[in-house]
Amino acid sequence: MARYKGINQLSGLDRIVVALMIVVPTVLVVWLVWLPAISSVLLSFTNWNGIGPIGQAKWMGLKNYHDVVTIYPPFWPAVRHNLIWLAVTFLVSTPLGMFLAVLLDKEMRASRVYQTAFYLPVVLSLALVGFIWQLLYSRDQGLINGLTGSKIDWYGDPKYNLWAALVAACWRHTGYIMLLYLAGLKGVDVSLREAARVDGASEKQTFFKIVFPVLAPINIIVLVVSVIEALRAFDLVWVINKGRNGLELIATLVTQNIVGEASRIGFGSALATFMLLISSVFIAIYLRIVMKEQR
Amino acid sequence: MTESVQPQTSAAQVLKVSKTATGSGQASRPIQVFLAVMALIWFFPVFYAILNSFRDYNYTSQHGYVSLGGFTLNNYKNAWEQANFSHTFMNSVKITVPAVLLTLFLSCCVAFVVARFSFRFNLALLGLFTAANLLPPQALLIPVYRMFRRIPLPEFLSSSGTMLNSHLGLILVNVAFQTGFCSFVLSNYMKTIPRELYESAVVDGAGVLRQFFTLTLPLCRPPLAALATLEVTWIYNEFFWATVLLQQGDKFPVTSSLNNLRGQFFTDNNLVAAGSVLVALPTLVIFFALQKQFVSGLTLGATKG
Repeated sequence: MARYKGINQLSGLDRIVVALMIVVPTVLVVWLVWLPAISSVLLSFTNWNGIGPIGQAKWMGLKNYHDVVTIYPPFWPAVRHNLIWLAVTFLVSTPLGMFLAVLLDKEMRASRVYQTAFYLPVVLSLALVGFIWQLLYSRDQGLINGLTGSKIDWYGDPKYNLWAALVAACWRHTGYIMLLYLAGLKGVDVSLREAARVDGASEKQTFFKIVFPVLAPINIIVLVVSVIEALRAFDLVWVINKGRNGLELIATLVTQNIVGEASRIGFGSALATFMLLISSVFIAIYLRIVMKEQR
Repeated sequence: MTESVQPQTSAAQVLKVSKTATGSGQASRPIQVFLAVMALIWFFPVFYAILNSFRDYNYTSQHGYVSLGGFTLNNYKNAWEQANFSHTFMNSVKITVPAVLLTLFLSCCVAFVVARFSFRFNLALLGLFTAANLLPPQALLIPVYRMFRRIPLPEFLSSSGTMLNSHLGLILVNVAFQTGFCSFVLSNYMKTIPRELYESAVVDGAGVLRQFFTLTLPLCRPPLAALATLEVTWIYNEFFWATVLLQQGDKFPVTSSLNNLRGQFFTDNNLVAAGSVLVALPTLVIFFALQKQFVSGLTLGATKG
């Protein structure tokens, strides 16, 4: 290693360049992501109404949190909807995506064409997905009602709209999950699989004994991705009805409390902190896996 | 959301996906049929949107949607005018192009320093950046919104006079969110560049900047091409920040302006379909062009090693 010793020694100018290369992006990220994240947490303990100077805001302790869980009607429905969102996208998209990936991993003529079809919705924005499915769901002009003759307003009726939105969300999510597993399957040792076949293992045995263990770390990544996606779910319901009437989600509640007519900063921040708390747990898990691979 | 949560390895994974199958043998007939049916189902909503974007509203309202006929191009003409697409597409370009360029440039800087110099804190640094990429944007809305409202901007940067309602603010937020993911992918790639190359560059008297621009960046063309396509798609698709940070309709990018096609009491779905197809078109073009680019990037990487 002695030979390489010299190349990390920098001249004065180079030192400034290196410092700038790292400081400029860091400042940007700290300013627009970390500082706001910390501010959200701090604001959640105050009663700042967003109008007066921030210095006059009073420290309220946990009052905002107490109010959120006790006297804010949409909160618990929103939590329930977020949990349903997570459960459905995870429990439907994961097995389906994995199944499709395993099938697509076989030799066949049109594999690329199929992959394209499943991956296609992923390049569309969730907002656009909402508009595209409106064509199927609309009460008077939608294809579903046109075929079945029903009069259900799929996006409007609080009995159905969450599920309608979830079908659209899964449509997009599954292709993405499939892609993750498809990439993971490339890591499966081909010779090991050959050996299993020679030994007379059934396809099912081969999958559970050889393929699945390789996919295990991806399962955790998929779980984390699903949790974070479920927490962030916003675009789709916002284009449907701005997250009201059966489509309340925590993300839309935060937004309504800030951008809407009545801005309740402390209150909205308590909701935001709630989101930050859950997401940081899963981000930590995620970083642990990724960083381990790094080393 | 930001568009979607981006797993750190996805660019590399997308590259790998286009490789030939490693799987267990030939697919049997039932599997082929099953996949074909599933693929058709998956493609159907997009197909249906395209189909109805070409149909006359009066025809479909009279005959119902389970019919065929009444083809017209008028929906596109009307959607283009009603959603002011010529203007909003320009807005999307004004937001996406600078945001992607800036994201890639800053990510290259971070990745270069992390990969080239073994700083002890480089993992922590990457953690700082990638975690930022995964935080729910809604949770950061309040401070960002309030901050932007307070920051004055000169007239030529923002007609609103503040960072709020300006394209600059939106661009910076997008860059801040996307830099983590790109730095991570790029630093992984840059770590594979042999130290000997830098060694000889240093012997030749190249400073850090020259190493960066003439050695590292040209070698990073394949991941940069892949990341550029992904980032263009994601930032173009970005909806949340665009909706809340730009409140004036004339600044909206295309996705946010789709709402103009929905009337308060009545919505012509064929018009919405045409608008959706128009908005999807750039990403679809990129998507199909991008697959080829990935394959070429793959062979480039293969021959280089």
